[in-house]
Amino acid sequence: MTEVATLAWRQYRLERRLFWRNPSAAFFNFLLPLLFLTFFGAAFHSDHTELRIIVPGIAAMSVMSTTFTALAFNMTFLREQGVLKRIRGTPMPGISYLLGIAGNAVTNTALQVVIITVAGRVFFGTGWPREWVELIVFVIVGVVCFASLGVAFSHVIPNFDSAPAYVNAVFLPVVAVSGVFFDTAHSPGFMKGIAEALPLYHLIAGLSGAMVKGTNLSQNVSALGVIAAWAVLGTVFAVRGFSWEQRRA
Amino acid sequence: MSELAIDVRGLRKSYGEFEAVRGIDFEVRRGEVFGLLGPNGAGKTTTVEILEGYRERSAGHVSVLGFDPGRRPRELRARVGIVLQSTGLYRHIRVREALSHFGSMYPHPRDVDEVIALTGLEGKEDAVARTLSGGQLRRLDLALALVGDPELVFLDEPTTGFDPAARRTAWDTIRSLRDLGKTVLLTTHYLDEAQAIADRVAIIKDGRIAIEGAPDDLGSNGGVARYRVVYRNGTGRDIEQETDDPTTLLHELTGAALARGERLEGLSVARPTLEDVYLELTSGQADEAAAPIDDAAPLGSRRRGKRR
Repeated sequence: MTEVATLAWRQYRLERRLFWRNPSAAFFNFLLPLLFLTFFGAAFHSDHTELRIIVPGIAAMSVMSTTFTALAFNMTFLREQGVLKRIRGTPMPGISYLLGIAGNAVTNTALQVVIITVAGRVFFGTGWPREWVELIVFVIVGVVCFASLGVAFSHVIPNFDSAPAYVNAVFLPVVAVSGVFFDTAHSPGFMKGIAEALPLYHLIAGLSGAMVKGTNLSQNVSALGVIAAWAVLGTVFAVRGFSWEQRRA
Repeated sequence: MSELAIDVRGLRKSYGEFEAVRGIDFEVRRGEVFGLLGPNGAGKTTTVEILEGYRERSAGHVSVLGFDPGRRPRELRARVGIVLQSTGLYRHIRVREALSHFGSMYPHPRDVDEVIALTGLEGKEDAVARTLSGGQLRRLDLALALVGDPELVFLDEPTTGFDPAARRTAWDTIRSLRDLGKTVLLTTHYLDEAQAIADRVAIIKDGRIAIEGAPDDLGSNGGVARYRVVYRNGTGRDIEQETDDPTTLLHELTGAALARGERLEGLSVARPTLEDVYLELTSGQADEAAAPIDDAAPLGSRRRGKRR
């Protein structure tokens, strides 16, 4: 057991080193949401109600991009390149490897949420989060949800060349419909219906409650329930469809 | 401890309707270099990937270092090194970093510098994987397979894409593994490679083993391909004849020449090479055994026509 943990830690350290060594991945996974925050923050600088929507919205989007997007890309790449197959031939336990990869994604999530929280306090006047426990609980459940959905989605992507198209075909509409950049209270009914069925909307609701509105966890239990349900679905498909190798065409 | 590193009995593997491996038996003894040859799609890689634990067999008995690879026991993976036909690596990992990382997965890893020297990667220790050439990446594959100090090494077409000098170096590395008492299972397209480094080879065709033995013995013992006798006749034409019985043929040829008072210019007798046996077995029409011994033909007309 200690060995599983030691090997997972080594893998995690390697993933961190390699993450920063690849500038384009670091940019897309990490800096792009921060740029969004800067631009929208600057645009709505004086509009306090808009900022109260955008700060938690971008925090939730970051949870999705650092887990769902990053893992869907990475797993597709690692599978297509045969890195997973190579790892499979070593004595490293599969669980250590997957923990190392997931840990890498979660670190990016944590870093981004911290940066956005600090930026909200320092630059956008949204103050410190009102409900820290709620914030942490929603981020954790959100990470499990979007990480498992990312791994599950990587089984659908046929090859790495098509990965950006597949990932963005999901990511962009979900971000758009779920109210990252606007209040879904103004959305038409059908859009609201779609958003409410998806996990990002509820993650935004939870983070918004924790960061700006100060509604506590018990008032957002149903939102947590929807995210958890997606997490269960994602985990089932991530595990059932998992393959260490590229399927033969 | 068993004498056998690998023991395969009645191995079968089907993909749906298609039976890729149709009852294969072979043994690899500890400390030998065993070559699996055969055309693309013959079942080589399927067989090797079953032994490596990547695929499940449909039927038969398989033992690798005394373990069932189908169960993928960790102890077995710790004692085996694998060079797959094509596997990528993290694009941004450095050579030394990769070797020490993969080494740390094994109970008794080899010294990283030693492995770097053994595989000819000196001077590339700090290079990032994506900047390496194809041949250098292939050497890194080999280095990664050796860093865990395995007892048994699987090499699936290890020198594809190498220049001739790099191939010789790789052969020396593989021979040095044998000198260390390691067992090597090699698949290759290059018959000279098998002839140069394998102690024994098996040729797989259509999911079955067509012939097995030491590369140098295959020609003489197998009786698949025949001796080739070439000489120049009185009119200056090169004549090539094939025979299972070179003694008799030479006796007849030389006797006739002496009787005519001629010399057999340019006479040569060639034992069938591994390549001859291979081409004969895999050409799909091994009908030449029916041809009469004295079926003389101008050089290049008949024999060469069969080589594709």
